Amino acid sequence: MAAQIFSAIFVIIVGVGGCVAYFWGANKLVDVIFPSRGVAGAAAIDNLRRQGMIRPWLFVGPAMIILTIYLIYPVVETLRLSFLDRSGTNFVGFANYEWAFGDREFRNAIFNNIIWLAVVPAACTFLGLIIAVLTDKIWWGTIAKSLIFLPLAISFVGASVIWKFIYEYRGAGQTQIGLLNAIIQYFGGQPQVWISLPFWNNFFLMIILIWIQTGFAMVILSSALRGIPEETLEAAVIDGANPFQIFWKIMVPQIWGTIAVVWTTITILVLKVFDIVLTMTNGQWNSQVLANLMFDWMFRGGGDFGRGATIAIIIMIAVIPIMIWNIRQANKETGGH
Amino acid sequence: MAVATGKSFASRFGVHIAVFIFVAIWTIPTLGILVSSLRDKDQIIASGWWNSFASSTQTEAGRLPPASAQVEKDGKFVLEGNIFGDDPARDISAFGVKSSAPTQYPAGTTADLGDGETLQLNADGSFVMTSTKPFEGERGQRVYYASSAPPKFTTDNYNTVLFSEGIGRSFMNSLTVTIPATVIPILIAAFAAYALAWMRFPGRALLIAVIIGLLVVPLQMSLIPLLKLYNGVGAFFGVPSKTYLGIWLAHTGFGLPFAIYLLRSYIAGLPREIMESARIDGASDFEIFVKIVLPLSFPVLASFAIFQFLWVWNDLLVAMVFLGTEGDQIVLTAKLNALLGSRGGDWEILTTSAFITIVVPLIVFFSLQRYFVRGLLAGSVKGG
Repeated sequence: MAAQIFSAIFVIIVGVGGCVAYFWGANKLVDVIFPSRGVAGAAAIDNLRRQGMIRPWLFVGPAMIILTIYLIYPVVETLRLSFLDRSGTNFVGFANYEWAFGDREFRNAIFNNIIWLAVVPAACTFLGLIIAVLTDKIWWGTIAKSLIFLPLAISFVGASVIWKFIYEYRGAGQTQIGLLNAIIQYFGGQPQVWISLPFWNNFFLMIILIWIQTGFAMVILSSALRGIPEETLEAAVIDGANPFQIFWKIMVPQIWGTIAVVWTTITILVLKVFDIVLTMTNGQWNSQVLANLMFDWMFRGGGDFGRGATIAIIIMIAVIPIMIWNIRQANKETGGH
Repeated sequence: MAVATGKSFASRFGVHIAVFIFVAIWTIPTLGILVSSLRDKDQIIASGWWNSFASSTQTEAGRLPPASAQVEKDGKFVLEGNIFGDDPARDISAFGVKSSAPTQYPAGTTADLGDGETLQLNADGSFVMTSTKPFEGERGQRVYYASSAPPKFTTDNYNTVLFSEGIGRSFMNSLTVTIPATVIPILIAAFAAYALAWMRFPGRALLIAVIIGLLVVPLQMSLIPLLKLYNGVGAFFGVPSKTYLGIWLAHTGFGLPFAIYLLRSYIAGLPREIMESARIDGASDFEIFVKIVLPLSFPVLASFAIFQFLWVWNDLLVAMVFLGTEGDQIVLTAKLNALLGSRGGDWEILTTSAFITIVVPLIVFFSLQRYFVRGLLAGSVKGG
């Protein structure tokens, strides 16, 4: 243990120190090669101009190199691999895509992903909105929000264990140690193996993600609700609107933009959902999703990079509309700055 | 918002009830594993954790001593003793001799087993079995009984998972992965964000657009090419392909777009006058960055640090691909996933391990919630 702690501290110092050394050293090097102080006026101005040309690239250089290696190159390479065979050497055209759409497991994953996309963002946004509105009205609202927000800090694997314990099954008539089956049995129902019920098990997995992400939606929407001008609400009350009309006709339309942001953020997350399915069912009992299927094919039978890459591309295609929308929004905001 | 508050007592009461139900649903699952992790492992499977403060009842089976232990008394053959041995920690409420009726007789009564045999089993586990004929055979009478044990809380589970299940080691591994994978992207992103916000150079606008595009690129796109690259580099230099350096850089790469985006929008909003007066005083960009921008950006740096820390600590996918699913280096999430496979029904191991994996994020989260929420708002409301 002690040796491990020591080596951990050592590698941390080397890793972080290396970064600091680069920025400090590179900057010093520019100052030494093109000195702007202690040289004659014209040369100093010349050197300052050269420094101004070089220094931005020293600052963004490491980021650009890492982004290129870890994100830009892989996107291109994954696209290329999706047209190659399992080892990534022979060109096979669209064979991987043809395989995918004919494969039962893949179609099941697409089907499940669509259900996830339809249910989870909607449920999180809706619950988040309701909780944000309700907690705003009571004195202990901050504490309540904090507790509902808490699962956001829990890992998907940890959350899976937490919920697997809730879904735990024992035969009918026995003492149930899973909360859900205990409640069902208490009311005279039949205990079920929730995570292996085809089709419905998807919803039991979705509950985990909804449980985690509702806090996120709640916090963002709560801050948007606070930005609503008080006068619009007062005017509605004077006009005799009831609380439901105020909620649906006055509050929701004013925070529409924020709702869209929350919805798209959770949508992207859902497309990438992997940990929950891997730990709960590993795609058995018709609960497969794309991200888990992709991971599976990376290693199945020694790994099929062609099929894995093809599934990744299909996830990417689903994200592209959101990506374009984001870039447009950002351009609008900065106004070409 | 005060105007929207319900007027009647009933509707205000309803709001309290509704929020209370939401809070209960959101906290009870976590409470379940915390309570279970502190329970005795036999009690975890004997009763639900919500009953953990009540005595737990379970039906067990035991065997009386063989015929060789019998003594003859008053013309009868007698077997005596205690079914718990020397450790009568539990209370017996009922017993039986058939598995189909394990609680046929209340404790303390004498059961007539037929054929001249009787059995009395008391609440403390002591028993008397008599027979008119000598007992025979190597194996004693099978007895079933319902026993209840007082609630028992223990930290044994923590000792077990930390030191014999390898969770302690994985905890250190997680720290080794997480700390550099949080600090390195902050350094790199802060310099890049400053350059993108305050320095003029060709291609800047394009670079910003690319970074915003990369914000949403799924991790899945990077996995296969990077796995191939790491294997290639490992083979070429004759070094292992699954290293801490490799995973730090991977997390740095995946965290950078968000880091640069978040930091740039904050640093771009710093007052121009401060930068310009510093420049007039002869400060270089490096000095302005280190002495002015970094200290002023502390809140956003803290926000990103919390995000990245939680994301790296909680990550499973990157860890499984770049550090593997077994061996000495695996992190907590991967270890927990492995335990789910190998110790599937051992809830004392799983709940305790799960609680250890979530305790660090919970501490970080509660102590730094302010910064976390601020980062969340800055990161998503502005269109990411």
